[in-house]
Amino acid sequence: MSKIERREPLFHIVKNDAISFGKSLGIRIIAIFAGLIVVGILGMILIGENPFSIYSAMFDGAFIDVWTLLQNTALLLMFGIAVIPAFQMKFWNLGANGQVLVGCLASIACMKFLPVKFPQIQNWLLLLIMLVASIIVSCIWSVVPAIFKAFFNTNETLFTLMMNYIALTTVDYFVFTWDKTGSGTLGIVNLLNGQKGWMPDLGNKYLLPIIISIIMTAFMFVYMKFTKHGFEVALVGESVNTAKYVGINVKKVIIRTLLLGGIFCGILGFLYASCLSHTVNQQIGGLGFTAILVAWLANFDSVAMLFTSFFVVFLETGSKFISTKFQLNSTDYSNIVVGIIFFFIIACEFFIRFKIQINHQHQKTEKSEINAEKEGN
Amino acid sequence: MLTSVIVNAIRMGTIFLFGCVGEILTEKAGHLNLGIPGIMCIGATGGAVAVHLFGGKVSSPLLVLFAIIFTMLFAALAGFLYSFLTVTLQANQNVTGLTLTTFGIGFMKFFSKRIYDQKFFVSLSSAFKNLFGLEKNTNPFVQIFLSHGILVYIAIIVAIICAVFLNKSRRGLYLRSIGENPATADAVGINVSLYKYTFITLGSAIAGLGGLYYIMDRSGGTQIAEAPIDSFGWMAVALVIASMWKPLLAAFGSIVFGGLSILDAMLTTLPLDKQKIFAIFPYLLTVLVLIMTSVVKNKNNQPPASLGLSYFREER
Repeated sequence: MSKIERREPLFHIVKNDAISFGKSLGIRIIAIFAGLIVVGILGMILIGENPFSIYSAMFDGAFIDVWTLLQNTALLLMFGIAVIPAFQMKFWNLGANGQVLVGCLASIACMKFLPVKFPQIQNWLLLLIMLVASIIVSCIWSVVPAIFKAFFNTNETLFTLMMNYIALTTVDYFVFTWDKTGSGTLGIVNLLNGQKGWMPDLGNKYLLPIIISIIMTAFMFVYMKFTKHGFEVALVGESVNTAKYVGINVKKVIIRTLLLGGIFCGILGFLYASCLSHTVNQQIGGLGFTAILVAWLANFDSVAMLFTSFFVVFLETGSKFISTKFQLNSTDYSNIVVGIIFFFIIACEFFIRFKIQINHQHQKTEKSEINAEKEGN
Repeated sequence: MLTSVIVNAIRMGTIFLFGCVGEILTEKAGHLNLGIPGIMCIGATGGAVAVHLFGGKVSSPLLVLFAIIFTMLFAALAGFLYSFLTVTLQANQNVTGLTLTTFGIGFMKFFSKRIYDQKFFVSLSSAFKNLFGLEKNTNPFVQIFLSHGILVYIAIIVAIICAVFLNKSRRGLYLRSIGENPATADAVGINVSLYKYTFITLGSAIAGLGGLYYIMDRSGGTQIAEAPIDSFGWMAVALVIASMWKPLLAAFGSIVFGGLSILDAMLTTLPLDKQKIFAIFPYLLTVLVLIMTSVVKNKNNQPPASLGLSYFREER
């Protein structure tokens, strides 16, 4: 008997399904602080300043330009909103980058060539055509992997990942085709041409993306929480077999959900073309991977993503400012900071999902309980 | 012309081959490591550190050896971090991998900018190139087979060893069974975690060599901080699929991918936009292979069945 007991490992790990919200939030906050401490120590070694001046620089740097901070948050949020329904379904859509990029490309194509062919075109009509074109192309990019996933169970992670690179190279091709100077950049489209296809200014150029991101978030919140579609998505994510037994057409749900993601990416691509960059280049859509981290961090909850996307943008902006302030000659410091803090958050997720039970103590308490019972008798 | 295309295709392909063979080992253990681009960057940084520390102080073969050791060490550490997070802590593999890539790119650019000295690195790059000293020989056979740097040959040897290991050895069978169904492997008595740790770390170390090869051999030490190693890393991930998880096929595939990615630089007579179209082909090819393997359900060409899923023993 004693031999078997000695062989038992010191602890074992069990699933912890019923953790309170407060506790899980607490664990995450501890992880973020642990990450910040490591970042501070790293900064101390690399920069030679004390950690507190680094933290305060980070804080100051993030809030120097509040509007840009908010706009970047809104952009990251929209990318995240576009991917969460798929993620909720456990469909790993890594292709938001590419979907937004081709959407933007389609918008720019309309913007560049329609006013040349039809000089009389009204701006609102042009904008509408751009939006529709962007959504259609973006949907093609997201639905093709969905169709193959639904009918042939093609690995969607790899497929959507590859679609990103097909998008990047396609954009490269068109940019070189349209731009005959050979510079490889398109420049600002229609800058000197009455700014056709540009969104009218709302008085504040940052406002439009922020407003649209809030509308998208609200829509997605309602869609996921209060509609039959949202329920079906959650059920397919939980268990495909259960969903089949209940009579849900899983194929339809997969394709429909990715179509929704494509529409959101299309809107975002249109925003880039008409309001943010007025051009297309390979940097557009670069937020897609960060958005995956943000969506995951928010546990695929659209409202929680308001906070996580703000947090990540805050980290990035702040740490970029550190490298300017302390003359590191490198903006890549922010990648290191974001990476380290994410590692801590990823690691802490373990302590939320599982709990560690120490076997030794467990036995002792059992024994003492038995003893107590005996004594009681 | 043709000879020079083939020679350059082989050399370019070597970057992808290292990353690809490393990723094959990882994926055979059931883990989709999207951190490979970052790991290649971290490996390149390790190599740069070694060159910075030992360059000019030791003989060239020793320098190459040290660079390889440093590269593998740095990359293995990154791989170990990934395995700790995804195997022991059961973290989501996609998220962990993408974070590692973000971190790795920042890591390379930040640190290599501080130690990089172009003249110094270029002068030392000859140690890595041209193993047999036959680079000037114009015989096509010599050019294609004997004119490369040592890392090109290492890449091919590693690919062959991996192929033999995976298909002919008992341990290779165990590894494949873990990628297919870890619960079954566990029930048979295979130490699942140990295998996963070993092969994810080893795979990362191999992938890291791709980064070293690029900075010291392919680019000849001319660029480190701005090297586009991450985009090569994604190409390597694509090659894993295109080669249907077979290291030997990957060796040939790497030459095809390498050829397609240098073709635009070779066909300078074509207009610029026509050149650019070749860059799409590797990814299109990958998607086609991915679709075909899933439509034609040939069980020899499938991705590992439990790819991307973490294994928790108490969950059945």
